[in-house]
Amino acid sequence: MDTSILAKAIVCGCSALGAGVSMIGGLGPGIGEGYAVGKALESIARQPELKGTITTTMFMGCAVAETTGLYSLIIALLLLFVNPFTGLF
Amino acid sequence: MDIDISGARILIQIPELGGFMLTETVVVTWVVMLVLVLCCRFMTKNLQVHPTQKRQIVAEWLVTSVRDLVQTNMGARYADTWYVPFIGAMFALSAGCSLSSLVGAYAPTSDLSTVLGWALFVFALITWTKIKTNGLRGYLRDFTTPIPIMTPFNIIGEIATPVSMAFRHFGNIASGSVITALVYGALTALSGLILGLLPGAAGELLSQIPVFSFGLPAILSLYFDFFSSVLQAFIFCMLTMMYVGGAASTGE
Repeated sequence: MDTSILAKAIVCGCSALGAGVSMIGGLGPGIGEGYAVGKALESIARQPELKGTITTTMFMGCAVAETTGLYSLIIALLLLFVNPFTGLF
Repeated sequence: MDIDISGARILIQIPELGGFMLTETVVVTWVVMLVLVLCCRFMTKNLQVHPTQKRQIVAEWLVTSVRDLVQTNMGARYADTWYVPFIGAMFALSAGCSLSSLVGAYAPTSDLSTVLGWALFVFALITWTKIKTNGLRGYLRDFTTPIPIMTPFNIIGEIATPVSMAFRHFGNIASGSVITALVYGALTALSGLILGLLPGAAGELLSQIPVFSFGLPAILSLYFDFFSSVLQAFIFCMLTMMYVGGAASTGE
């Protein structure tokens, strides 16, 4: 068997594995946003008159917390669709 | 079953102009800009001191709410500056670009180039505001706070601002379109698999029709295309206001 084809196959498979593994990074924002929304609900229950402000701030915080998860998503997309390592062999 | 996940298609390529490419991103952005301009022209047509038409009331409500948003987040001294139309235009363009996927067009915001361009513009705005507030010396001295050894980390932190803004917007919209494409593919395959179990010609005919991809993707689309689009536009504008407001308030 041609070794370069084997090398390419290994690189492609490992890229797919790496994409899957990098999406474990999605756990963190999920947990963090869950906490944020839970706390926001508690504050709304305590002070319903501040609902608008609390919701806006919560969405802002969620969006910022999401960033790390999106970084891992972008690494996964790069590994799957851009294939930066297949050119090495 | 084929799932098509790709970037923006290249419509016209002119090699004479240094490989200039006219992509779908640019064309859809032009269309969105045109729609927004026509919308503005329509809503501000025939303005009166005492509004009698519904569209003038809506236009006044929009302007007032953007002004209030800027005033709340950046302070009262920004309430009558060009930041109000800037934030409003940015929100409208971002939301319009993302919502263009509702009519089946390619969303320009799921192209990293678009949002990176906006983020770099916002970054230039932040840097300009910082230099204007603190002077060039003050701006450069900010990098060595709290101790000079932190300078590389401060530089990385400065670069991370536009990168994170661009990746946040791009990631949200692009992941939505990827997930929607995957769900469509999966549902089509599922209906082909299950209806293919029917015996005879009826099964062969029915398995060609993606019955299951009717209905369920609409709920996903409501989240990814509508909620996420408007939310990301709002967050991009909020972050712009907060960064610029923060840059203007240092040293006071």
